[in-house]
Amino acid sequence: MSDIFRRDPRAEWIARNRLHPMHKPVAEGPVRGPSGLLRKNPHAVGFIGPNGIKRIDRSGASTGGSATRQSAKQTEVILPLHKVDEPDFYIVVALDLVSGRLNGHDKDVLGLAQKLANIDEAKGAVVAVAFGELKEENLDVAGVDRLIHFYTDAYQEYNPEQRCADLQVIVKELQPRHILLPDSINGGGDLGRRLAAKLGQRPACGVWKVNGDQVVCRASAGKNDITRTLPTLMLVLEECSEPVSETRHQSLIMPLNESQEINSTIEDQGNISVDPNAIPLAEAGFILSGGNGITDWANFHSTAKSLRATEGASRVAVDDGNMPRERQVGATGTWVTAQVYIAVGISGAVQHMQGIGKCDKVIAINTDESCDMVKRADLSAIGDSSEILAELVSLVEQNNNEKGADHDQ
Amino acid sequence: MTNNNLSVISLISIGEHPTSRRPRRAEQDARAVELGLKLAGERLKALYAGTIESPSIEVALRSYLGMGLAEINILNLSDPADATLALAEHLKAERPDMILTGVRAENGESSGMMPYLLAEQLGMSVITSIVEVSSIDKVTQQAEVLQALPRGQRRKLKIKLPFIASVDMAADAPRQSAYGPAMRGKLVMNQLSVQVEDTLRSKWQINEGQKRPKRLKIVKAKTAADRFKAATAKVEGGSGKIVHGSSESAKEILKMLIDEGVL
Ligand SMILES: Cc1cc2nc3c(=O)[nH]c(=O)nc-3n(C[C@H](O)[C@H](O)[C@H](O)COP(=O)(O)OP(=O)(O)OC[C@H]3O[C@@H](n4cnc5c(N)ncnc54)[C@H](O)[C@@H]3O)c2cc1C
Ligand SMILES: Nc1ncnc2c1ncn2[C@@H]1O[C@H](COP(=O)(O)O)[C@@H](O)[C@H]1O
Repeated sequence: MSDIFRRDPRAEWIARNRLHPMHKPVAEGPVRGPSGLLRKNPHAVGFIGPNGIKRIDRSGASTGGSATRQSAKQTEVILPLHKVDEPDFYIVVALDLVSGRLNGHDKDVLGLAQKLANIDEAKGAVVAVAFGELKEENLDVAGVDRLIHFYTDAYQEYNPEQRCADLQVIVKELQPRHILLPDSINGGGDLGRRLAAKLGQRPACGVWKVNGDQVVCRASAGKNDITRTLPTLMLVLEECSEPVSETRHQSLIMPLNESQEINSTIEDQGNISVDPNAIPLAEAGFILSGGNGITDWANFHSTAKSLRATEGASRVAVDDGNMPRERQVGATGTWVTAQVYIAVGISGAVQHMQGIGKCDKVIAINTDESCDMVKRADLSAIGDSSEILAELVSLVEQNNNEKGADHDQ
Repeated sequence: MTNNNLSVISLISIGEHPTSRRPRRAEQDARAVELGLKLAGERLKALYAGTIESPSIEVALRSYLGMGLAEINILNLSDPADATLALAEHLKAERPDMILTGVRAENGESSGMMPYLLAEQLGMSVITSIVEVSSIDKVTQQAEVLQALPRGQRRKLKIKLPFIASVDMAADAPRQSAYGPAMRGKLVMNQLSVQVEDTLRSKWQINEGQKRPKRLKIVKAKTAADRFKAATAKVEGGSGKIVHGSSESAKEILKMLIDEGVL
C-alpha cells in the first residue's frame, strides 16, 4: 500500500457534523483537519471508570475514547546485564531446586547473595550449585552469575553425603567469602549442616536479616533472636532478602574438577506410598475438593482414590454432611498449599478462595462458565462433574495400565 | 519391636513452653525417647548435658523418666559451656549402635547442629528427620528407616550402623509421663572429663524474637497511573484455559496432572 495521504472529504464532513448518524464511528478514528493535520478530539480523551466517572490517563498508555481504548501493550522488558568477568571473590549458593525449579526460597537466597556480592561496590560473583535435574530457564534473572551443575544419575536420588563432599571440593577451590543455603526441609537445611560439621565452621542458622556485617538469626525455636557478626556459612530463612528483579546475570557454566565419588552410608530406597487422606490437608500437594455441585459422592471418593489425591471440601459440602469438618478448605477451614487443586462443583466464594490463595495450579470443574472459580483457575472444564470425573478416572486407569505394561517389558 | 542386643541412646534436652516459657519435656526429644523405647525397650539410655540447678529443670527431666526410663545420665555443665564435647566424650565410651536426637532444641541457639557435630566427632553417619525405624539387621549392620519429607511424604532409606538420627515431629507422639515412674527413676551424675566454655556465644547479643515484617508487594511502576492501577485493579486471572465436553476436559486435566508431576 502506498503511504500517500488521501483526504476523504465526506468522512471529514461527517466528523465535523455531530448530528450526522455516522458521526460516532467516524469521529472516533483519527481525525484530519483540512490541511491533513491530525486533530485531537478533546471530548474523546479518557474513559469512563467503573463508577461512571471519567478518567483521563495522561501517561499515554491508553489513548482514544472508551470504545477504542487499548490496554497498555505488554512489551518485554529487557533488563540490564550485570557482568562480572573477573570477580574478586565468590559467594556460593547451593540451591534446593524442588522438582528442578527455583522456588521462592531459592530466589530469596540468591537475592541475598547478590546483595552480599555487590556490597560497597565490591565485585563478587554468585556461584549457584545445582544438584540433579534442572528445569529452570530463568536462572539469569534470578541472579546467578556462575553455575555449577551436577547431574549424573546418582544425583536423582537422595545422596546428601555425596553432595556435601562435592560442596567441600567447591569450597576448597573457590575459597568463597560466603556460603549460603536455604534453611529448608527440602534438603538445604540438611546439606548446610553437614557441610558446617565437615568444615568445622559454626554456621548461622535461621538467618532472617542481614544488617551490614551483622546477621539476625532465629534461635530457641523461634522465641529469640541472636545478633552476631556475619559468618562464612549461613543457612537463611525465606524472605531474608528481596529476590533479584532489576538485573540480568550471565549464568555462565563454570568448569569443574570431576567430582570424587565417595562411599555413601545412606542408600535411597525411594519414596513409599502414603495414604493421601492421612496427609494433613494443609500439607497435601494434590487435593481433589468437592462442593455443592457434586451429585454423586461415591463417585467423588473413588475418583480421589484412583487419582491418589487428598480429599477436600467446600463449606456447603461439609454442612450438608457429605464430608467431615476437618476436610473443609477456606477461611473457616484449612488454608491449603497444594501444588494442584481440583475444585469440583465449587463456585469460588471469597471465603473459599482465601483458603486456596497459596495453591499453585487450580483446575475447576463446573457447569457454570461465569463463576469465580473458573476466573481463578488455570484450567477449567465446563460440564457435569460426575461425567467429567468418570471420564477422568477411566483415562487415568488407562494411563496406569500403559505405564504398568511399560514396566513389564 | 524390641531388639535385645541393640544399644540405643536418646539425647534429651530441656524444652521450653512457647508462651509460659516454663521448662518442659522437649517435644522432639520426647519423640526420640518414644522411638527409642519402641526399639530398645527398657534398655534405652537417656543422656542429658547441662545444668540441673533449678528445680524446674529437674521436673522437666523427671517427665522423661515418667515415660518409663529407669535412669537418665547427666553430664553436669555450667551454663555457657559447649555441650557437644562433653556429649561426644561420653558417647565415645558408650559406643551405641544408634543415637536419637531431636531435630532442633527448644532452647539456646537451637541450630540443629548437635547431631551433625556428634556424627563428625564420633565418625558415625547421620540422618535427619526420621519418623520410624522399620528394621535393623545386626548381621549386615544396616537399618531401614523412614524419613519425613515435605507434604507428608515418606522416603525409605538404608543406613549403616552405627548412626545418629534426628527424630521429626511427624514421628509417633510420645507417651504420657506417669508420676510414679517419674519419681522412682534415677538421675545419675556422670564424671566430666572436659568442660569447654562456649566463647563465641558470649559475644552474641540475644534478644526476644522480633516479629518479622510481612513482605509487601512492591510495585515497580514508572508512572503514577501504573501505580494507581496496581493498587486498585482487581487481579485478572483471565489466562486460564477453558474446555468444554467431558472427554476433552478429562484429557486436558490428565495432561496438566502429568505435567505437574502429581500422578
Ligand atoms: C463466615 C463464613 C465463613 C465461611 N467459610 C467458608 C470456608 O471456610 N470454606 C468454604 O468453602 N466456604 C465458606 N463459607 C461459605 C461460602 O460463602 C460459600 O457458601 C461456599 O463456599 C459455597 O460452596 P460451594 O461452592 O460448594 O457451593 P455453591 O456456591 O452452591 O456452588 C456450587 C457450584 O457447583 C456448580 N455445579 C452445580 N451442579 C454441578 C454439576 N452437576 N457439575 C459441576 N458443577 C456443578 C455450580 O455451577 C456452582 O458453581 C463461609 C461463609 C461464611 C458466611
Ligand atoms: N545439652 C544437651 N544435652 C543433651 N542433648 C542435647 C543437648 N543439646 C541438644 N541436644 C540434642 O540435640 C538436638 C538438636 O539440638 P540443637 O543442635 O541444639 O538444635 C536436640 O533436640 C537434643 O536432642
